[in-house]
Amino acid sequence: MHEFALTRSLIEVCSQQAQGARIRRVTVEVGMLTCVMPEALRFCFEACSAGTALAEAELEIIMTPGRARCRDCGEEVELNELLADCGCGSGNLTEWRGGDTLRIRSMEVV
Amino acid sequence: MCTSCGCSGDGKARLTDLDTGETRSAGVDEHPNHHGSTHHEHGHSIAHGHAHRHDEAHGQAREQGTTIMLEQALLAKNDHLAMHNRAWLMDHNILALNLVSSPGAGKTTLLERTLRELAGEIPVSVVEGDQESVFDAERIRATGCAAVQINTGAGCHLDAAMLARALDELAPPPGSMIMIENVGNLVCPALFDLGEWAKVVVLSVTEGDDKPVKYPHMFRAARLMLLNKLDLLAHVDFDLERCIGYARRVNPQIGVLALSARTGEGLDGWYQWLRASAYAQRRTE
Repeated sequence: MHEFALTRSLIEVCSQQAQGARIRRVTVEVGMLTCVMPEALRFCFEACSAGTALAEAELEIIMTPGRARCRDCGEEVELNELLADCGCGSGNLTEWRGGDTLRIRSMEVV
Repeated sequence: MCTSCGCSGDGKARLTDLDTGETRSAGVDEHPNHHGSTHHEHGHSIAHGHAHRHDEAHGQAREQGTTIMLEQALLAKNDHLAMHNRAWLMDHNILALNLVSSPGAGKTTLLERTLRELAGEIPVSVVEGDQESVFDAERIRATGCAAVQINTGAGCHLDAAMLARALDELAPPPGSMIMIENVGNLVCPALFDLGEWAKVVVLSVTEGDDKPVKYPHMFRAARLMLLNKLDLLAHVDFDLERCIGYARRVNPQIGVLALSARTGEGLDGWYQWLRASAYAQRRTE
């Protein structure tokens, strides 16, 4: 479960940056074309945050899609998974872009 | 397992030196925050970027909060260590390949044969990743090659810190090759850059030809797909062309070689690919 390693990294970075402050919320961006499952990330966060600066923090996950163009109908397609098809039924898409981010955007401390 | 966070306190990554039988910690220590342990810094600290603090007005109804913009990649630490590994490997003209597959695809058998048949041509060292046991490293060492075993314990993939430790241990000679046999797992290792030149995914024909679309991230991340156990093709419903089509749908650039590590069929193409990759890696530098 790679989400476990990601959660450890998240907790490490946030704890360092909080410099002892209590963290109320942390906002993470997860690209929909990565192999990271938000449910698993949440589960790991619950399990790993106890006893850390994030013990009472809310985890906010912002899912961002990828984009590609359909070579058959020319429409711009929003991709929620790697092997998504165009709405016209075609799977013949251009190389996608975006949707592969794994980033800690911000945190709110008190 | 650690009772306070559920992390694998008793399942830490371990590196075993088969010469001395010595076992020690490999990679980043568990519990970076709440057990007071220091983490592996790989000789220098990592720039985390400057945190921008600014007060927010929206917390009026609640306790006054401060939003800290971090804008940092979640894998920043691993990626930084991977970059460091890659630079070191480049400096020493060492080709590092990250072999990934599901368990039982034949990575170790392929490696054993490759090491025997390339012996005398190019020195190869091996990093063996498994959750437990030193069986694979022992099989590799029987071929006469240097090998270290990394046991990830509860972990499901190798990371860049583990490779850094393994490189320290192996001290591979300049101009050589490192084969990293990752933990058998078609999901997690896709996400973790070790600093390798390329990921090579091994898929055996006994597994089903739809694996590339079932596990697209790994096939997306790989530069080469090896279709192994070709000698068993007549006995299974595996359509080579369909499998290659699926792999190319996920990754149009992926190279494909079909072979049998047992009979030796198709291995010449693999060796040619290794030689060409060693050449290309040097030219990249």
